[in-house]
Amino acid sequence: MSQSTSTQAADAPIISLHNVSKWYGQFQVLCAVDLDVRKGERVVVCGPSGSGKSTLIRCINRLEVHQEGRIFVKGLEMTDNVKNIDAIRRNIGMVFQNFNLFPHLTVLENLTLGPMLTRHMKKADAEDLAMHFLRKVRIPEQARKYPLQLSGGQQQRVAIARSLCMEPEIMLFDEPTSALDPEMIKEVLDTMIELAESGMTMIVVTHEMGFARTVADNVVFMADGRMVESAPPEEFFGNPREERTRTFLDQILKH
Amino acid sequence: MIDATPARDGQPSARRSKDLLYSEGFRAAAYQIALAAAVVFVGLFLYQNVVENLQRQNIATGFGFLREVSQFEIGETLINYSARDTYARALLVGLLNTLSVSAAGIVLATIIGFSVGIARVSNNWLLQRIATGYVEIVRNVPVILQVIFWAAVTRNLPAPRQALELWGLGFLSNRGLTFATPVADPAHGWMFLALVAGIALAGIGDRWARRHREATGKHVDMLWPSLAVVIGLPLVVWLAFGAPHLISFPERKGFSFVGGYTISPEFVALMTGISLYASGFIAEIVRAGIEATPKGQVEAARSIALRPRFIMRYVVLPQALRVIVPPLTSQYVSLIKNSSIAVVVGYPDLVNIGNTVMNQTGQAVEAIAVMMTVYLIISVVTSLLMNTYNRLVAIKER
Ligand SMILES: Nc1ncnc2c1ncn2[C@@H]1O[C@H](COP(=O)(O)OP(=O)(O)O)[C@@H](O)[C@H]1O
Ligand SMILES: [Mg+2]
Repeated sequence: MSQSTSTQAADAPIISLHNVSKWYGQFQVLCAVDLDVRKGERVVVCGPSGSGKSTLIRCINRLEVHQEGRIFVKGLEMTDNVKNIDAIRRNIGMVFQNFNLFPHLTVLENLTLGPMLTRHMKKADAEDLAMHFLRKVRIPEQARKYPLQLSGGQQQRVAIARSLCMEPEIMLFDEPTSALDPEMIKEVLDTMIELAESGMTMIVVTHEMGFARTVADNVVFMADGRMVESAPPEEFFGNPREERTRTFLDQILKH
Repeated sequence: MIDATPARDGQPSARRSKDLLYSEGFRAAAYQIALAAAVVFVGLFLYQNVVENLQRQNIATGFGFLREVSQFEIGETLINYSARDTYARALLVGLLNTLSVSAAGIVLATIIGFSVGIARVSNNWLLQRIATGYVEIVRNVPVILQVIFWAAVTRNLPAPRQALELWGLGFLSNRGLTFATPVADPAHGWMFLALVAGIALAGIGDRWARRHREATGKHVDMLWPSLAVVIGLPLVVWLAFGAPHLISFPERKGFSFVGGYTISPEFVALMTGISLYASGFIAEIVRAGIEATPKGQVEAARSIALRPRFIMRYVVLPQALRVIVPPLTSQYVSLIKNSSIAVVVGYPDLVNIGNTVMNQTGQAVEAIAVMMTVYLIISVVTSLLMNTYNRLVAIKER
């Protein structure tokens, strides 16, 4: 992290994508995407299935590799440099649709694995940290259980806590409530709202438009790998500019 | 689970016994008792019959024959044995042969099985096709045919004079596989012990490093120290014994070879047959194990910045092994049992020698009892180990 990045302007974007493109074989998933996210900003990404939302946010922590354009996180460019990848990943938490908790480890072990192995914390300190975040997501009493013994909503909150244990500055969410039964969606959204209120920088792929309205600073609409529209929620929902956005919103708000 | 219907107070007794009839618990117990009674009855009946028949034919019973002299030679023995030894020792020779061909077969099957299993999920199209073809062939041709095939192959290898040379290290001929070995030396036994000690030390070091890390947060990389101690200890012992480095190279001499170590064509054929057969199943087990750890697990581990080595060790391996080890062990057990096909290629394994003993003494029941007991012990020990392993690693679900 010895790049000349410490001299960044205070309002420089913490995440910045320039002209990012990606192909799967002949198929172009991302077409020259530009995105700037400032520290503390909350961005909600929506769009039809297959439009490249997951691919976009997965490029930000290099679970996918972009082929054209440049991605910067805190001024550090995402290249194939292992050191940079490591440093960037430490600073970005990610929450998946299917939780992806480690089923062979207890909730507590799921949370302490990263801090102990990548942040070189003592076990006792890592456990204190883990309990702190389990209290934050309101399930400290589940610490000794195994993930599959919990409900979906509880599992997703554990997954959020696992990411928080790395004490990242940025959190990415890829449809965090899509795999949940309706009665559990709220508990996860509430956790996310609290996180937003604490000032976390967040990019959230979701179709929960209520969440977007209350939490987002910016709502981005993607279609066919392109960023079609990006606006603050009042404008995005009240007066969408693009025809495609309007059609999408009509479909999604009808339900 | 539905509990047995609770007894209701104040009901007439006829009604209660009817409740009992419909109770799950009562039914389960009744079936068990009936089954046990049937087994005991059939067992007693058979035993009675056998004893009566044997008495009528004046055939001796009991295990006394084991101490009698066997009067037959065995072609391949790992321990000293001659026709003047007892039947018990002949059976021991057979057991050791069974164990040695099985051990070699297990090593070979594991190496091939893991390689092919990994090739099955590789991105290389050609490699993947070849691996699939291999698995289909070795799994679907009966193992006995495969052993007979390899016996024919080894029998048709050239005579020692025209033997295939293996990079100056050995020969492949119709006399079997002959290869160079270090000349026996007392150092070897000690080196083996040093190796075992080295592995144990590496294990202890690993646990220490883990505890140290948990207590202080500091990593100590134990990879190189572990390798050093595992390789180094035997090396030190070797040097301490004056570095005995005589190697016996085989040479052609007349119709045979001198020097080196020869394993017989029967051994080669049997080992190849049973291990290739098992390797097909092992390849599938390994593939299933690899595919059983979802991609999301690795992605989640990456997203908390775990390094590839830690991902392998703490996330992928623990989950893959859970899926791989139990069926793998049962493949090992069935490979050991398949080694009893030895009789078709004339390799003197336990069953082959047991047969000879049976024919000479006429004490079929006892000879079979000995063989069955041995195989039973092997299987039971394995499944006990397996159950313990499963209990230790089971993923807890609701
Ligand atoms: N590994 C892959 N190989 C080929 N195509 C893929 C792969 N992953 C995603 N795609 C394709 O890329 C497109 C975008 O996928 P994704 O980013 O998951 O969309 P979204 O999250 O918006 O539903 C989809 O058409 C999908 O089929
Ligand atoms: Mg998606």
